[in-house]
Amino acid sequence: MATSVTEAGGMRSANQSPLTPAVYRVAGRREELADVVTLSLKPVTPADLAPFGPGQFNMLTAFGVGEVAISISNSPSSPDPVLHTIRDVGAVTRALCRTEVGAVVGLRGPFGKDWGLGSIPLEADVVVVAGGIGLAPLRGAIAELVERHRAGHGRVFVLAGARSPDQILFPDDLEAWRTAGAHVGVAVDVDTPGWQGSVGVVTVLLPLAPFDPTRTVALLCGPEIMMRFVARGLVDLGVDPGQIRVSLERNMQCGIGLCGHCQLGPLLVCRDGPVVPFGGVADRLFLERNR
Amino acid sequence: MSDQPLIALLSGHQFMTGLPGGTGAVLAECARPQRFAAGDFLLREGGTADAIYLITLGHVAIEIHSPIKGGIVIDKVGPGHVVGLSWVAPPYRWQFDARALEPVETITVDVGCLRERLDLEPEIAAAFHRRLSANLLERLQATRIRLLDLYGNVRD
Repeated sequence: MATSVTEAGGMRSANQSPLTPAVYRVAGRREELADVVTLSLKPVTPADLAPFGPGQFNMLTAFGVGEVAISISNSPSSPDPVLHTIRDVGAVTRALCRTEVGAVVGLRGPFGKDWGLGSIPLEADVVVVAGGIGLAPLRGAIAELVERHRAGHGRVFVLAGARSPDQILFPDDLEAWRTAGAHVGVAVDVDTPGWQGSVGVVTVLLPLAPFDPTRTVALLCGPEIMMRFVARGLVDLGVDPGQIRVSLERNMQCGIGLCGHCQLGPLLVCRDGPVVPFGGVADRLFLERNR
Repeated sequence: MSDQPLIALLSGHQFMTGLPGGTGAVLAECARPQRFAAGDFLLREGGTADAIYLITLGHVAIEIHSPIKGGIVIDKVGPGHVVGLSWVAPPYRWQFDARALEPVETITVDVGCLRERLDLEPEIAAAFHRRLSANLLERLQATRIRLLDLYGNVRD
């Protein structure tokens, strides 16, 4: 089947509108946490598999229930199956989380701007800060960055925040990244017996990570309040605000900048984001109040 | 324990950064190095709040005891941080326990002595209390953020 590149950058089957979902089959389902599931999706029509960048998102359809934007959580180096890590927070995500292996879902995408790893100097220190489910959109980027580090390039610092030790997402990946040479720190809000790591907001990890702020690029994803505090903490340590990238979350619906549901100031987050610079963009938008 | 003179240890502590030059000497008159083994309590809830601990090595858990759950860890602090702020206001009683999670070294400042010395050095006293206020503000803000339960379930 012929394919074409969409405006959003994805490859789609000929004659297929970016608003029409392709059909994907659930090839695997992994319960990460009590309310978080990772679905492995394979296209029913192989040509529908689209290349993606880490940080981009797809619109997933639970047929008969609705559609929701979910970030891609695997590395573009191993794009098939495509992974989506989903937290059950509403009707659509609940239906997706409960989808069994062999069932089908709809998928449109990929959409939006990715983390832009290609623009990060190879020698840069990269500080990745994630809160809660925010580690999922960063997972593919971290995998790529850790591979770079193994090849002799810049250092990688992965700092993750979670509600409690039993809510830490991707613990096996965190350990694998640590083994591969990344500095990995985890802070929990609420301690439980046996927890050896830090307690407090994820910002407590910043002074413990020996990155060089003058050559640091930071990638942040998590609750917006957390990102605000982390970004300010990084700036206080000397990181250039222009070198901090954040992933915004808004009400993405069309995915291609048509419907306007995800408008944030001058941005349509689905098209101009979700990854945007902190300095000069997100720092101002974070302070806007919804009317 | 480090072989550095106490005043040098004090001057190198993060808490002292930016304080007037004579502050280290004033604190040193009231300070002593102290070691704690893993599991030792630096201070315990209900005790008289009579010292401030500047951590130079190891980590300390700030806890509150529950008869059912045992010690519930509220916070963990390490080198560069201070433990023990209940002496700043009456009734001068520790509100929590502080327990060494590993071998811990501190510079322990006797607060009774410090009050007397700071009474004689108003400029240093003002700077010292500004620093304490900043430390308290930092902790208050961090606690408020944690109260938000940012990573908890958010229903759409």
